[in-house]
Amino acid sequence: MAVNDTLEGTHKIIESAKEQDARINPMHPAVNDFNQELTTLNLGPTHPATHGIFQNILQMDGERIISGVPTIGYIHRAFEKIAERRPFYQITPLTDRMNYCSSPINNMGWHMTVEKLLGVTVPTRAQYMRVIVMELARITDHLICNSILGVDTGAFTGFLYVFQEREKVYEIYEEICGARLTTNMGRVGGMERDFTPVALQKLRDWLKTFPAVMREFEKMFNRNRIFMDRTQNVGGITAEKALNYGFTGPNLRAAGVDYDVRVMNPYSSYQDFDFEIPVGTNGDTYDRFLVRNEEIWQSLRIINQALENLPEGPFHADAPHYYLPPKQAVYQNMEALIYHFKIIMGEIEAPVGEVYHSVEGGNGELGFYLVSDGGRTPYRLHFRRPCFIYYQAYPEMVVGSTLSDAIVTLSSMNVIAGELDA
Amino acid sequence: MAEQNEESPAAQETAAALDPAAQKNAQLLALLHRLFGADAFTDVEEPYGMLTVTTTRERIHDILAGLQQDQELQLNFLTTMCGMHWPEREGEELGMVYMLHSLVHNIRLRLKIFFPIADPVVPTMTDIYATANWMEREAYDYFGILFPGHPNLIRILNVEDMDYYPMRKEYALEDGTREDKTDLFFGR
Repeated sequence: MAVNDTLEGTHKIIESAKEQDARINPMHPAVNDFNQELTTLNLGPTHPATHGIFQNILQMDGERIISGVPTIGYIHRAFEKIAERRPFYQITPLTDRMNYCSSPINNMGWHMTVEKLLGVTVPTRAQYMRVIVMELARITDHLICNSILGVDTGAFTGFLYVFQEREKVYEIYEEICGARLTTNMGRVGGMERDFTPVALQKLRDWLKTFPAVMREFEKMFNRNRIFMDRTQNVGGITAEKALNYGFTGPNLRAAGVDYDVRVMNPYSSYQDFDFEIPVGTNGDTYDRFLVRNEEIWQSLRIINQALENLPEGPFHADAPHYYLPPKQAVYQNMEALIYHFKIIMGEIEAPVGEVYHSVEGGNGELGFYLVSDGGRTPYRLHFRRPCFIYYQAYPEMVVGSTLSDAIVTLSSMNVIAGELDA
Repeated sequence: MAEQNEESPAAQETAAALDPAAQKNAQLLALLHRLFGADAFTDVEEPYGMLTVTTTRERIHDILAGLQQDQELQLNFLTTMCGMHWPEREGEELGMVYMLHSLVHNIRLRLKIFFPIADPVVPTMTDIYATANWMEREAYDYFGILFPGHPNLIRILNVEDMDYYPMRKEYALEDGTREDKTDLFFGR
């Protein structure tokens, strides 16, 4: 058979396919352009590489992405609405379920928002305890993100290796508050209990063993040829665009903007600690990876300083109107019983006003905008969720790249479905 | 704080002059008045240190665009925006809140607009901030606020065929028809 005959045959097949396409869908791109045959690919909602339930409808030209349309809301639980009917202390478990990789940061951010509204000052010891817990949470958050990125590029070992360390941090949480993933840690006015000796011992042990693991993890990835080839110049974003898209956190810092809430608006005594803010240069996947790794080291520095200088004193504010009395006192003391009843029933007096407080979450600026009308619940509570805000840049970041690059980009942005959908 | 409020206005002014946050807010307010005229803003407050002003939906787009271009304080980061519903406020039941942040000077500004629920139309900010896209879709999804000019104003978190706006206050969380659970003490 001559070459021309084969080509003619192929053209005939394509022509008949086009006719068929035209009958089914006259708007089909393949109908209008002979050479361009686009495929619609559903990435998600349940796809192991998206690490959460969200869908991307991609138009593919071969292996290249032409356009992407993200659909979100698969685990929307209407937290902002539910919060309008709950007393302040019952909203903490809702915040757990936003960025569930670093729940303690969400918890503390919420407590600090309410404390700001109520005008409660937290003692230094409680602030340092909070810093320790928040930095532990940041480490686990970044560990998950970076090791999952490794999995998506084909390196499973690092993930299993650091997951063990995350497990040890969860054991420390367990000693501090009794819970592991959705921690509901701390109270409005401080912490619910002091660090136990066991918790402190576990923390000290972990601080000794973890750096070696982290060094090995970095050794496995940072200068790994395959990993560098897969991540460098993939899913990059310029600083201007990142700011326009409202990026915060490691993703913004990877693009070269040194905005960190801990430094710009220090809360919970962050001004006492000596640490650095790592920044990247071109905001690509490799930069995001390196920034997160370096932040883990800086978090370790902060934890070590906080633990060394942990002041003596009370672990909660002297605010009987807002902070639950010890259970023993409730049985023996009239005032304690009254306060206990009022707090549990949500009958605390809250001032009328509006307050915005933000903390540096695992993914960026996690803000709480609380409007109080003096009632027992918030009149309106809005969460500024960093994931929700920066995930809208995803289509722009992946258009023109290949599907495998899109997976790696998604993974390195650390989009957490719970925070995305709230 | 309570003691401070009882002092004379003059003493309050000196206290404000010494406080760097209050100084920044005064500087920002002066800038706003210079750029857009003092009559553009009402209800100037500083709850918990953040300058909060109310303006109108006719002016809001110009103000955000003007502040983004301004080189003096560089309020060019849209932190967040959200809708609000105050059913008892006649003629201004719905509201939008915009929060701007200057990453250079670390100043925050909260802008509010209010408008009637019968005419919930607000100019879109998507031409100024790319991040406004999903935030406005969320405000539409929750409160039914319309943004003419928005490239893709469809529901974002709730299902497409939902026929009401769930964050409005008339939709109580508890089923209103239940009589075995009269909620006198809990909830609104």
